[in-house]
This record gives sequence, structure tokens and C-alpha cells, in this order.
Amino acid sequence: MCGIFGVMDKRRQMMDGSGIREALSMMNERGSGEGAGYVAYGIYPDYRDCYALHVFFDKACESKAVIDATLEQWGTIEHDEAIPTCDQPNLRVNCTPWRYFFKPDASLAPGSASPEKDIVTNLVMQINASANGAEVVSSGKNVGVFKAGGSRGPGGSGGWPEDVADYYRIQDYEGYIWLAHNRYATNRPELWERPDPFNLHDWSVVENGKTTTYGANRRYVESFGYNCSTGTDSEVIAYLIDLLVRKHGLDISLAIRALAPPYWEEIDRMPEAEQNLNRALRFAYGSATMNGPFTVVAANPDMMVGFTDRGKLRPMVVGECGDRLYIASEEAAIRAMESGVESIARPAAGEPVIGRVAP
Amino acid sequence: MSSNLGSMPLRYRVTIDREQCMECERCIENCSYGVFRRDGDRILINSRKCTACHRCLAYCPRDAIMLEEQPCDYRSHPVWTRAVRESIYNQARTGKIILAGMGSVANLPIIFDHLMLDACQVTTPPTDPLREPVELRTYLGKKPSKLEFRQKPNGDVELSTELTPNLMLETPIMLGHMSYGAISLNAHVAMARAARETGTYMGTGEGGLHPGLYPYQDRMIVQVASGRFGVNVDYLERGAAIELKLGQGAKPGIGGHLTGEKVSADVSRTRMIPQGSDAISPAPHHDIYGIEDLPQLVNSVKEATERKKPVFAKIAAVNNNAENVAAVARSGVDAIAIDGFRGGTGAAPRVFRDHVGIPIEVAISTADQELRNQGLRNEVSLIACGSIRESTDVVKAIALGADAVYIGTAALAAMGCRVCGNCYQGLCPWGIATQRQDLVDRLNPDVASKQIANLIHAWTLEITELMGAAGINSIESLRGNRDRLRGYMLDEGLLDILDVKSVGA
Repeated sequence: MCGIFGVMDKRRQMMDGSGIREALSMMNERGSGEGAGYVAYGIYPDYRDCYALHVFFDKACESKAVIDATLEQWGTIEHDEAIPTCDQPNLRVNCTPWRYFFKPDASLAPGSASPEKDIVTNLVMQINASANGAEVVSSGKNVGVFKAGGSRGPGGSGGWPEDVADYYRIQDYEGYIWLAHNRYATNRPELWERPDPFNLHDWSVVENGKTTTYGANRRYVESFGYNCSTGTDSEVIAYLIDLLVRKHGLDISLAIRALAPPYWEEIDRMPEAEQNLNRALRFAYGSATMNGPFTVVAANPDMMVGFTDRGKLRPMVVGECGDRLYIASEEAAIRAMESGVESIARPAAGEPVIGRVAP
Repeated sequence: MSSNLGSMPLRYRVTIDREQCMECERCIENCSYGVFRRDGDRILINSRKCTACHRCLAYCPRDAIMLEEQPCDYRSHPVWTRAVRESIYNQARTGKIILAGMGSVANLPIIFDHLMLDACQVTTPPTDPLREPVELRTYLGKKPSKLEFRQKPNGDVELSTELTPNLMLETPIMLGHMSYGAISLNAHVAMARAARETGTYMGTGEGGLHPGLYPYQDRMIVQVASGRFGVNVDYLERGAAIELKLGQGAKPGIGGHLTGEKVSADVSRTRMIPQGSDAISPAPHHDIYGIEDLPQLVNSVKEATERKKPVFAKIAAVNNNAENVAAVARSGVDAIAIDGFRGGTGAAPRVFRDHVGIPIEVAISTADQELRNQGLRNEVSLIACGSIRESTDVVKAIALGADAVYIGTAALAAMGCRVCGNCYQGLCPWGIATQRQDLVDRLNPDVASKQIANLIHAWTLEITELMGAAGINSIESLRGNRDRLRGYMLDEGLLDILDVKSVGA
């Protein structure tokens, strides 16, 4: 289970978080009340040139100095502050969410085609891999991840989408792309960094699914220097997309095709050039191919995409209304936010949805 | 006979239930080792000649024959075991190296049997292979690590990366290299037909290619070994791929052995060696004294065949396996076959067979990891071999990092072989490991090829089911997916090397 939701405005018109909160709550029966999360693009216009690092501190008094020092080695902290929160009766807070607006020093990554992103990637890997009581949960420009875990049973700590949204005052943020995730817990819920969404600078990912190739995919991305510290699918997916799109220069449609390729039978029937291309993708990226049930919605500042496993074992509903593109697990979630939605579609297995923001 | 050792205790004792026996003499006819003979109105038995090949049991119409192993006890001793003592008696008598056939008989734990496979339950659904596709198609050869594109004048992009030739297999199971000479022409023809029927390939071994196999050459991987037996450009051009044999799991560090008994006129012609002579391949290739020489051989073989065919290299699994594999991966080869220490053989010195090398499970794991660490994994495909016994071994080998496997002994067993281990004598009563025409004629290639194809088909079905249960619908999603394995009763060091978690973790 799990419910996922994404909305994008093609003209970058802003939406505040209240509608997304409504939409995600509409899918509460897909969750277990043990975690939820939101990610929004366009929320930090005043710091649009800085990488916004959202960090969870176990104990801010112990860890913050370490992170400050690490960041200052690699660039400049323009501003930092606690992320404003509002305690909720149902949510037990076990970390301090903080945000840094950080400018990496590009001269420290000479020879790189994207030095700032390389520095940010390495910082995220380094901070998350070490036992320093700090986890970076988002690291992109003008984007932020807001998420929390929870637990049930005696002494449970709640964590329904409404609790998490109200805790972070999601309605106070305005973004032009939003992703959200309503979690059905299957593993340790207490760690707030574990639930979706997952972000690495440009890319954010929410997933409804559980791949059967986590180990193979992880071994593949880790051979390129990524370090998977949370053990979750979405983390690997975010790294795979970053690797394929940024490092290997694949167009997003080809990257999705590499992650969820057509069957050989379909490839055999394609015209020769297309057959060759698809064969090459499967040859090169066999270890990146994801298997098992999944629906993924991913976004970067310029687009939102949705794709499923090639058997479409998890639902994906697409809605359009004016400039807005919606991708969700349930039609009801889309209607909760946009009652007059103009078109609803259910793409076939393996058919990706790619929505681009107008340039 | 100048020894005071007398005779060894019987290894096997054959008995006939005289009530059941109808004296049809099929046992006499079938036993090429001469265990049975008629003397007047009785069939006499010389158990000393028996190899436990079971040919007589299989063809006795009355189930009258029974066989017992080691009917005579030695004084039991934990150190001076029967095997140790008998080796000493043999060597004291002959002063020679002891040759043995088939794979290792050392009683060491089998890692495959301590690896458990995963299946889906509720958080992920299993795939049902009866109703949904599960892809076993496997391509062997170099894969690009990255793709390059160019923009066409109309704005479309097209792929500019050129793919190098790959072998396409319908199932990740290939028939391993056993030479014509070591096994009979009928055995080879049977394997070739089975390879064609099941969409896979077979290895020729180092014995050249008999004209009888030309009709199946598109399914043959021709081998170039250190003896260069049977190698010329015509041979190279006939194969679908070419394999350079640098080592063999049953005898790492030494070359092939074909005993003169098996070098018949036809074998002599195919191999280009004198009839009746022992064919002992050199330990190294005499044009490869350093790793830098290997690319030259790879290139010359590729040039000779216009770069149209994948070139494989086969190495034995030894301690510095990862380093060997990484070195070979840089030589330009398209695939590396790694042969574990349980690998089969027609003849090998016993000490090598039972004491030299490392298990295939470990060798594949370390090879796959090292290639990934060095960014070379797409440069080569990995083929695991050395006692792949059943479909689960195939699945486990692939989950540890292999692309495909070679089977040898299993294919022989599918033709009737009882793993008696006397292949080097050339008297195989099943018509497999022999060149004696009357024995070879016993193996009908039509029947035997059906049996091998059945085996491959059955394993393929089992692999499909096991993958489906694990929620995996393409073989590349199984490859190197060590998360889907768990080690049961393996020590921490080994789990660490295999990069596999313990059961329960």
C-alpha cells in the first residue's frame, strides 16, 4: 500500500500546501498513520540561488557545530534556521528539523561538469553515512522535503498526513510542484529520515511499492560513489535518476525506459533503430532496472514524471485541469484537490507520464 | 609385479540373485570392464573390475544384480582414512601420479546448499509465470557502460554507441566444454542438438571440431587451449564464439590430459595429433607468459574472425581470483568463464582435483564485486561453472553475480552417466566417455539429445518459477541481487565475502 500524490503547474503558478494536505488525507486508508511527507518546489524564492539543505538533528546542540563546520569547508552558509514547526498532539517529535541555505564553492570540484551538484552530492553522502546525529533529507535549490515518521501501539506517536502537514505548517508554503506520500509502515517507523519523499538536490521521489531489485540496484549505484544510508527504494531511485540523467546524460524518457524497460518480445517487434536503442538500454542498464511492484512519481525543478513497473502492479491515475497535471494513487485524491478535473486517465503498464514546466 | 602389497580390498562387490537371474547375458554384453563372464552354465563375477557404472543394473531385465560399495572394512582411523591408505598402496606400487576422473571427491561443505532463496509474500506479490512473462533471455558479451547519442538534422536523437556482438541465449544454461576425445562423437552430437533445441550453446572443449558437428556450428563455442589441438582458422570461423581456455577448475595450474587409449583415428584427425598418443596440454599457453600477452592473443583471434564473434576466456578459480578476473576483463574478451574447484574432468591428477582451487560460489562473488569496484562489470559477462547440479545452483550463481552457467557433469548424467569417475579408461559403457565404436554406438544421439533438452527445459521451468516467486520477471534483475539470498550456517567471514546476510537478517 502507501498513497502517493503529485501535482505540477505548467506555468509555475503557486499552490499553497492546504490542497495537497487534503488530497493526501483522502488516501488515509492506503496508509497506517505512521508517517507522511511532502516536497515542494518553488518555496524559497528569497534564496533561489542557494542549495536548501533540510537536516534532521537528533540533538541539535551536539550535531549542529559538526555540520556547520563541514558545510563551511565546502562553501558558504548564507543563512540557517530551525524549520518552523507547530507541535501536534498526535505526533511525537524525536528530532529537530533545521534548514541551511548553502552556496557550494565550485572551485573545490575542478573538472566537474556540475561542480556544485557534485559537492552537494558528496556532502549528503558524507553526512548521512556517518554517525553524527544528522541526516540531510533534502538538498536542492528552492525545494524542501517535510516529513515525519510515527509509530503505533502503546506509546505510539501518530503520523497521519494531517499531523505531519500541521506540524510543518505546510499551508504556509507555496510551490509550483508538490509531491506527497502517505505511508503504510513495514519497517522501523521511528526514524524520520526513512519515509518518502526522498530528495537529492534536483530530484525528489515518492514511491508506492517495494521493488524486488533493491539489492541489485543499490550495488549498481554504489559502484558510482553513491551511498545508500536509509535502505529505502526511493533513495536508490533518486540516485539512479541522478546518475542516468545528470551523469550519463540520458533524456528523462530514456532514463525511465532504462529503469522500467519493455519486454524483449516487445523490443523484437520494434523497427530496427528503436530495437537497437532499446537493446542498448537493457544492455547498459540491466543492473539499474527496477523489478517488482512500483509506481514512482519524481520531480525536478522543470518536470514531474510518473512511471510504473511494466506489469503495473500498483495504481497510477493521471488527471489534467488547465495548467495542472496530477499523478496519484487514487482518483479521489485528485478530486479532493480539483473537484472539476477535466480529464482522468489510467496509463497502461510501462507507459510513463512526463509533464514539463513551460520554459 | 614386484610388490608385497598383494591385492587391495574390493571397492565394490557385485552379486547376482540366482533365483532371479535368467542368464540372458545382458550383463556380460553391457559390461565393458569385464566384470561378468560365462563359465559353463554359470555367470561368474569379477567384482574387482567393477566401477559402479550401473550399466549392468540398468539393463538387467530381472533386477537380479546388486552392488555394494566397500564391502570390506579397514580398521577405522580418523587420520589414516581408507582413501589415504589406498593412495599410498597404489603409489608405493607404481611410483606414479594418481589420475582420477570427474570432479572433486573431497568431502567439503557445498556453499550452494547453505544459501537459501527468497520468495515474496505480502509486501510484494509473487509473479505467476503461468500467466505473466518471466524473461530468461540472456545476452553474453560486452555491454556499453554508458550510451552516446547524436542529434539528427531533424532534431531527433539517435544512438551512436555501437553494440559489440553478443550471444543470445534463451536460458542462462550452456553446455560446458568437454572435448571430442574425452567424450564420444555421439555425445557431442546429442549435446549440439539439445543446444539448438533449447536456444543455447555448447562448448567444443579443446579437441577441435569434428565434421559431424558442422551442421550445428552456429551453436558451438570453439575452444582454443594451450595444446592448440584442432585449431586453425577454419575452426575459429565455424564457431558462434571462441573460448580461450586458460585454466580448468579440476586442475588449476596444469593443462588438459587425454589418455592415449581415447585417441582413436578420428580423434587423431580432429585434434591433429598422432593416434594413440597421450595429449597432455602445456600448463601455460606458450604465448602467454604475462597478462600483457593475453590481449595479443585475444586480438589475433578477433582479427582472424573479423571481430564478428565474442571471445571468451576460461579460468580456474584460485586464491587471487578477483585479480585474475579484473586482469582478463581488460584484455578485450567478451566473457569470462570461471571454473570452480569442483569442476569436472575426464582425467586429472587426484591431488589437483581434490586440493587445488576455491569454490565457484566464492569465485563468482569476488569476481562480480571486483569488476564493479573497478567499473568493469559491463566489459565482460561472467559464466559460472564447476558442478552446477540443479536449477537452484543456477539461480544462486546468478544471484551471486554470474550472467549464465555452464553445465558439464549434469549434461553427461542426462545422457546416462552415473558419475563412476573412470572416464580416463576410455571404456565408458554408456558410450559417453569412450571412443570404442561398439560402445559409442550404444548412445543414440536422438534419444540422448532429447534427454539433455528435457533437463535444460525442466531447469528452465524451475528457474522461471523460482524467479516468479521472488517477484522477479527478468534475469538481469536477479543478477548480482544478493539481497535475495540468505546464508544458513555459514560463518561470518564467508558471509562477508559472499556479501550475503544470514538467515533471519
